[in-house]
Amino acid sequence: MSAPAATTRTARTTRPARMGPRTETTLRIIAPIAVGLIVLGTWQFLVSVVGVSDYLLPSPASIIEEFVAYWPSIAQAMLITGTNALVGLVVGSILGILLAAVAARWRPIDQMSAPVVASLAVIPIVALAPVLNSMFGADSQFGRQAIAAIASFVPVFINTLRGFRQTTPVHRDLMKAYAASSGQVLRTLTLPTARPFILTGIRIASSLAVISALVAEYFGGPRGGLGGLISTSAASSAYARAWAYVLASIALGLLFYLATLALERLLQRHTPQARRRP
Amino acid sequence: MSEPQGFRPAQPAAVPTPAAATAVEVRGVDKRFETRSGQVQALDAIDLTVAAGEFVSLIGPSGCGKSTLMRLIADLDDPSSGTLTVFGKSTRQARLDQEYGIAFQSAGLLPWRTVAANVALPLELHGVASGARANRVAELLDMVGLADFADRYPDQLSGGMQQRVAIARSLAEQPRLLLMDEPFGALDEMTREKMQSDLVRISAETGAAVVFVTHSIPEAVFLSDRVVVMSPRPGRIREIVPMRLGADAKRAARTDELREERAFFDMVTAVREALHGGAPVGTGPRGVETR
Repeated sequence: MSAPAATTRTARTTRPARMGPRTETTLRIIAPIAVGLIVLGTWQFLVSVVGVSDYLLPSPASIIEEFVAYWPSIAQAMLITGTNALVGLVVGSILGILLAAVAARWRPIDQMSAPVVASLAVIPIVALAPVLNSMFGADSQFGRQAIAAIASFVPVFINTLRGFRQTTPVHRDLMKAYAASSGQVLRTLTLPTARPFILTGIRIASSLAVISALVAEYFGGPRGGLGGLISTSAASSAYARAWAYVLASIALGLLFYLATLALERLLQRHTPQARRRP
Repeated sequence: MSEPQGFRPAQPAAVPTPAAATAVEVRGVDKRFETRSGQVQALDAIDLTVAAGEFVSLIGPSGCGKSTLMRLIADLDDPSSGTLTVFGKSTRQARLDQEYGIAFQSAGLLPWRTVAANVALPLELHGVASGARANRVAELLDMVGLADFADRYPDQLSGGMQQRVAIARSLAEQPRLLLMDEPFGALDEMTREKMQSDLVRISAETGAAVVFVTHSIPEAVFLSDRVVVMSPRPGRIREIVPMRLGADAKRAARTDELREERAFFDMVTAVREALHGGAPVGTGPRGVETR
C-alpha cells in the first residue's frame, strides 16, 4: 500500500524539470527586470527613431530628466499624498477591524451594517471629494484623508469579518472546555484565526488608499500633492513632468503595497510551511 | 516511544474520599435536538456512574448519542432533562474548575502554535507561570514521545503525532477525569494499537477516570473496565458489559499480548452480542469489526 504512494510521490516531484532553488530565485528577479528593460527600450525607440510626438508620448529619457530636475517638488508631493494615504489607511483599517469585531459578535449589528458597508463600497470618489472639500474648507487635507479612510475601510471590514467567522467548532469547544474568558478566546483563537484575512484586507486597502488620496486631489483643496501636480503639469503642457509625477505615484503605491506585504510576512512567519504542504 | 521518565501523577494513586469516589454521575438524562424536520431524541433516560479511576467506553453505531453524552458530561451542551454531576459538582462548575481534560476526534491543534505552545495552551490560559509551564510541557512531550518535535508546527506532523500532542494537551493539568471522543478514529491500525497501549499506560500512571467514546469493539475491550453499549434512535444504554481480562484486572497488566488471549476474544464476543441485541453472532472474532 505504501509502495504505490511512494512511487506517485517521486513521480510528482520529478515530473516538472526542476531547477535549483537558487536558479529559480535569480530567475524570479531577472525576468521582470528584463521585461521592463525591453519595454523601456521599445518605448525610447518609438519616440526617438520612429518619431512619435512628444505630446502624445514623452520619451523615458525626458521623463527621467524631469524626475531628477523636479525631485525636491516630487519628494514633497509624495510626502503630502503619502501622509494622506497613510492616515486614511490606518484610520480606515482600525475602524474596519473594530466594526468587524462588533459585527461578528452581535448579529443585529452585522445586519444593520451590511447595507451601509455596501453603499460605502460603491461611493465614487469623484462625487464625494468636492463635497468634503467644501465641507472642511479649501485648505484642509481632511477631506482626502477621509476619502482614503473610506476606501481602506471596506476591504479591511469585509475580510476581517470573514476572518472572524473562520474559527472551527473543535477549537470553540476546546476554548469552552478550558473555561476561557471572552478576552482569552479573542486573543488566543479568534484574532490569530482572522490574522491572514485581516492582513490581506490591509494589503488590498493599501493600494486603494494611495489611489483615493491621489484622485481626491483633482477636486480642489490645497495644492502640492501628486494628483494636483499631475493635473497642473498636464494643463500647462509639461507632459514629461506630468509623467514624472505619475512615475512617483506608481512608486508611492508600490511602496505602500510592499510595506503591507512585508508586514504580512513578518506576522505570518511560519505559514509558508503550511502553504507548501497541500 | 520513550519511557515516562520524570512523570509524576497528580494525586498519589487514588485514596478514595467519599465525595470523590464517583467521577461522573448521570441520572435520567434526556437530550432532544430541534431540527427542521422536527424533534430528534438523541438521548433517552440515561443512567450511568463512572467511579474515580475507572475506564469506561461508550460504544454504539452512529447516531446512538455516545458523543452527545460525552459533550453533556463536558458541559459543552445542556441536557433537556435529568442531572449530571462530575466529582459531585454540577458539570458547569466542574468545567469552570477544570476537573477534566478533553480530546476530540480531530486533534484540534492551533496551527499557528508550535507543538510545545499547543500543549502549553491550557496552562497558559489558567495562568501557570512560564517556568513551571515549560517544565510541565517538556514532561508531557516526553511522555507521548514527542520531545524532539517541540518546536515543530502541527502541519509538520503526521496524524498520529498530532493526536498524541492533543492527548498530551488534555493531560496538561493532571485532570482526574479524561473525556475522549474517538481520539484514534482517524488513525491507521498500527498507530492505533500503539496509541491504545500508550493510553492504557498513561491512564494507569495518572489514575484518572476515562470516558472514552469509540465505535471499535476491540478498542473498547482492550482499554476499558466497563463497556457501555448504546443503541440509536433514541439513544439508550442497552447494556453495560464489565470486562474481566486476565487474572489481574489492573489496567497496567494490559499489554499487547492481551490482544491474542482467549479472554480478549470472549469479551469481544460479549460486547458484539450486546451490540446486536443479544442474539448470538458466530462463535469467534471472525467478522467482527477488527479496527
